[in-house]
Amino acid sequence: MADALRGPARLLVADDNKVNRLLLARSLELQGHSVACAPNGRVALEMLRDGGFDLMLLDMEMPEMDGFQVLEQLNAELALRDLPVIVTSSLEGIGHIVRCIELGAEDYLTKPVNAVLLKARIGASLEKKRLRDQQKELVRRFATPEVAEDLQQSGFDLDGRRVDASVLFCDIRDFTALVESQQPEETIELLNTYYTLMFDAINGHGGVVNQMIGDGLMAIFGAPLPLPGHAASAVHAALDMVELIELLGVERRDAGRAPLRIGVGIASGELIAGYTGTRRRATYTCIGDTVNLAARLEQHTKTAQRAILVDRATRAALAASPVAVEPLGPVAFRGKAAPVEVFAVASGPPPLARDG
Amino acid sequence: MSGPAIDDVAFAELQASAGAEFVDELVDTFLAEAPRMLAELRAAAEGANAEAFRRAAHSLKSNASTFGAAPLAAMARELELGGLAAAGQGSPLAALAAEYARAAARLAELRGG
Repeated sequence: MADALRGPARLLVADDNKVNRLLLARSLELQGHSVACAPNGRVALEMLRDGGFDLMLLDMEMPEMDGFQVLEQLNAELALRDLPVIVTSSLEGIGHIVRCIELGAEDYLTKPVNAVLLKARIGASLEKKRLRDQQKELVRRFATPEVAEDLQQSGFDLDGRRVDASVLFCDIRDFTALVESQQPEETIELLNTYYTLMFDAINGHGGVVNQMIGDGLMAIFGAPLPLPGHAASAVHAALDMVELIELLGVERRDAGRAPLRIGVGIASGELIAGYTGTRRRATYTCIGDTVNLAARLEQHTKTAQRAILVDRATRAALAASPVAVEPLGPVAFRGKAAPVEVFAVASGPPPLARDG
Repeated sequence: MSGPAIDDVAFAELQASAGAEFVDELVDTFLAEAPRMLAELRAAAEGANAEAFRRAAHSLKSNASTFGAAPLAAMARELELGGLAAAGQGSPLAALAAEYARAAARLAELRGG
């Protein structure tokens, strides 16, 4: 019944033996699924690449390309590596079963396959696939294709690694006052516009937004994928962000609303990056002194009355660029033993004045 | 091999889960395919092709168990695991062919019966 509610799945049966193929297809059709068949591994892979399958039942013993080779190939192809595979085989020996599972098979059913067991296993596999698809969709919505790809390639590898990267924090000035002065619907609409603009600026320079809390966001340049010149990219993203917010301010002024201002802090250096959480629910995040410093710099924009503040490492990466940087001297931050040198990046004059 | 060629209970279970009419078609398919498997097995033994021998025995074992042909499945399994050595001077293959003939005759009876 649950299957009927969720709609039929499209399944592929790969088996070189005609009797096995017919019987498996029949069992699956009786369970309400739509079934296609392949007589060997090579044909099965071709059909899978055309897309549209939710699950494959795979025989091991096949001519041309056997089940083990199919499993290996599925692992090598990004578009196919998440396809659930249930091995149906009468190969003897636990070694084969272990090898199938190690190669990523969801399950191993011994032939002749018991129809009730088959139904249960397929139901569980399809449910898992649904969860995974949902998770992939979430990752896609909240991050760039790079993160989604990295997640898929690493197979949600939760180990951290050291990377050289830049971290950017941003938030809206006086956001609390703004929220209190307007309708909740307006705040949500404003936040959506704000995030759209900030994502554009950050993604446009190769950065990845990995956290959003209220009006604050954290972005990483240089992880999960390495990014040459990540410090300069982060600064250019920040300049675009400030400019986009100014443009939004012009629109808001015309509509009789208060303009918006943001503060951005950037720090560069080594950090620990990785997926935290569980296999079910993971976020890509970074920790370390560099991250803490970027957050402190962002908070300090209020005191310094500047839109963009950066640390010395980020400033050093800008040496060859025409971006104007002003040293603000050392600042004692909470949690830092020694004062830290802070630099303000000059965000350009309003774009209208720059035209022509 | 002693005992019934086909386990009637297993066959009835197959009919119940897949539908009697469909099982008739499945029996027809098996009766059409099995002689080819036996021929492959013989050819592989003569040509000393261990891989082809094992694969043919494996297919036969798998299909025999589907229909509840337990003695046939057991003999095919011995050949699969024993490989070419198990074929000996050909008498195990002759015994297998005889057991297949017995199973085929019983399946033909059960088919539509």
